[in-house]
Amino acid sequence: MTDPNTLSPLDLDTLDKTYLDANELVINMGPQHPATHGVLRVILRLDGEKVLGLECVIGYLHRGVEKIAENRTYTMFNPYVDRMDYVAAVSNALGYCEAVEKLLSVEAPPRAQYIRVILTELNRIASHQLWLGTHALDIGAITPLFYTFRDREEILKIFEKYCGARLTTHAFRIGGLQYEAYDGFEKDVKAFCTFVKPKIDEYEELLTTNRIWLERTKGVGVISGKDCIALGVTGPVLRASGVKWDIRKAQPYANYKNFDFEIPTGQNGDTYDRYIVRMIEMRQSLRIIEQAVEGIPEGPIMAKVPKVMKPPVGEVYHSIEAPKGELGYFIVSDGSTQPYRVRVRPPSFINLQALDLMCRGQLVADVIAVIGTLDIVLGEVDR
Amino acid sequence: MHEFVQYVLSYLGSDKTPGTAGNIFWATVYVLLVFVGLSVAVIAMNWLERKILAHMQVRLGPMRVGPHGLLQPIADALKLLLKEDIIPAGADKVVFWIAPFIVVVAAFTVFVVVPFGPTHAITDMNIGILFMLGVSSLSVLGIVTAGWASNSHYPLIGALRSSAQMVSYEVAMGLAVVSAILMTSLNATNIGTLSMIGIVEAQKEQGVWFLFKFFPLGIIAFAIFAIAMVAETNRAPFDLPEAESELTAGFHTEYSGFRWSLFFLAEYSAMIAVSSIAVTLWIGGWLRPFPNALTGPTWDLAFSLVPGVTFLFLGGMCFYNTARMPKHPLFRIQTIGLAGFGVVLALIGLLMFLPPVRDRIGDIFWFCAKVAGFMYLYIWYRGTFPRYRFDQLMKVGWKVLLPTGLALLILTAVVGMRAELLAQVKEVLR
Repeated sequence: MTDPNTLSPLDLDTLDKTYLDANELVINMGPQHPATHGVLRVILRLDGEKVLGLECVIGYLHRGVEKIAENRTYTMFNPYVDRMDYVAAVSNALGYCEAVEKLLSVEAPPRAQYIRVILTELNRIASHQLWLGTHALDIGAITPLFYTFRDREEILKIFEKYCGARLTTHAFRIGGLQYEAYDGFEKDVKAFCTFVKPKIDEYEELLTTNRIWLERTKGVGVISGKDCIALGVTGPVLRASGVKWDIRKAQPYANYKNFDFEIPTGQNGDTYDRYIVRMIEMRQSLRIIEQAVEGIPEGPIMAKVPKVMKPPVGEVYHSIEAPKGELGYFIVSDGSTQPYRVRVRPPSFINLQALDLMCRGQLVADVIAVIGTLDIVLGEVDR
Repeated sequence: MHEFVQYVLSYLGSDKTPGTAGNIFWATVYVLLVFVGLSVAVIAMNWLERKILAHMQVRLGPMRVGPHGLLQPIADALKLLLKEDIIPAGADKVVFWIAPFIVVVAAFTVFVVVPFGPTHAITDMNIGILFMLGVSSLSVLGIVTAGWASNSHYPLIGALRSSAQMVSYEVAMGLAVVSAILMTSLNATNIGTLSMIGIVEAQKEQGVWFLFKFFPLGIIAFAIFAIAMVAETNRAPFDLPEAESELTAGFHTEYSGFRWSLFFLAEYSAMIAVSSIAVTLWIGGWLRPFPNALTGPTWDLAFSLVPGVTFLFLGGMCFYNTARMPKHPLFRIQTIGLAGFGVVLALIGLLMFLPPVRDRIGDIFWFCAKVAGFMYLYIWYRGTFPRYRFDQLMKVGWKVLLPTGLALLILTAVVGMRAELLAQVKEVLR
């Protein structure tokens, strides 16, 4: 099945009939299930162990973030975006702040931009580490989880020293930064870079050439680049299918055009390629951080932004490359202090659409592997 | 009364196991000893697995209940016994009730023939190894009934996976076992044995562990068995029936409290049981290292001191950690507890230096030490490997282990009979 348009979703109304067919089994996975990464509910139709089709039921974590935005001022809404993809809160904030800045036609000063890039890339590494740990855990390797969490802690410590929060950081403000980098920030970041490189090698040592890992990931959950584009799938999943699309290069934002880094791509679009792409991405992020921390310019950290923000009437779409894919903000301003409408393009939500396509014809164990490899965060799927 | 004392005393000094000698009293004592020892081993294994796994995963493991979490298994056992006993509404109550008992009975019964020493077994059957394989494979019945009686999808899939897995790995396991049994027939009479004690004695007689016999055939057979036994006991990386990330808990998803703890008990005693098969068949059972090469009273003395030294070492580790305990009033009881535990271990160690104990404990010690090595391997696997997928598991079982096992069996037979075969060939050529 290559044309996603012909996919027929599992019809919930006819489920009862499948009980009459002795070969088919309908299994409800989640929302309380150890491997659905939160509160995703997947209804699986199985023939023995083979997946005939599946349907995702979402909304268990819906908090109406987009609606909340309409009743908050631009500044007040800023902390809310951290709660969408809570493992990559810094990226969410970067996207939102840059979108509002675009609407206000201001630009953050260079020093602020460098610190933003450093924090965002650190967050990308943290997000990928968390992904790796939980993904490996789903496939049955329980040890990498603790290694990645041990090393992710060092990133969270830097966040905590910088802004006091570890997870939902609220690190950025519209127009720049609230806080100047603390004394020893550069030293900490450099120390982290030298600390984490051998650690990434350690993860790879555990998994990359592990026979069982290869068997469990190669050829599992294959999706072609064409299907990815048709479904709107972005991020490492798209790149692993051989499409070289990274917003940091394609439509550079923040300061990314000043840095030298590469976009890793895969060929097969299977779980193993996605794993490799993310592992290389972590190393490339380190490269960016090292360049950025060398070149942090002096200067102000906040642009001139009015105390009461009243952007001109109009609309703006701004997207960034979040760890999970293209994170976009579409903001409509009616000239008041509150946005008229905020629409978020969450990468997790759109990537999750591909689950059915990737899982059909595979086994139950592969569904778990594919959910893990899509790297979804239910806070972002449901918003 | 006098007759009873006579009956009890009549066994002492016998060179047979109580079952073979037909002494009911000592057989019962042995059964109780094995049962208690096994329960203690499972409790210890519970603590050790959590601690060792924790240390592999850069964390501490249980630390709160007792010094270094030593009392954690007891706390857990209490919790499990006090938990509400839930039987799902749609479950088949009788079958649901019986299933854990089938598994436990099967897992414990196999220990009837496990030889802890030349006379330290409950009984010595002439079909010992067959009995072990047969009874241990009965536990699959309990698992299937548990999954079916739960009347729920996850346990059902878990039970089906489990039965398919256990049945298919038993084939490869059996082939590996047969090749070891073939080796026991390499003696003057050309008659092999299926008796567990006989297998160990054959290794002693031939002066080599079957692991190194016909290098590398013995090692390959052992490897097949070592892989199959992990699959047979449903442990990582073959823990699909209870794959937590896929099937929540597999066949025992709906079980809780006491019944769940029975499954737990059965799983760990099954692990110990298959490890004892491996130890008996390939690693020389109760024989100490180099029983034929390093002989003489000096070496005997040196090896008989090992158990005591081991326990003294464990006690010493306790004392070392007692000294490292935080010097805070809150930790006083824990510090005293750890020191007390160390004293107990050290006393056991000293006791093992006494000549009457020293001469009798050696066999049991070496057997348990070898089994403990396998237990460590189980934990190590769990900390290292990802989980196989069901079809890959079947592929490994049927397409790799089974043909290898068959080829190995034939090769072992050919190598074992090479003299006769050569004679035949010469006969034909002439």
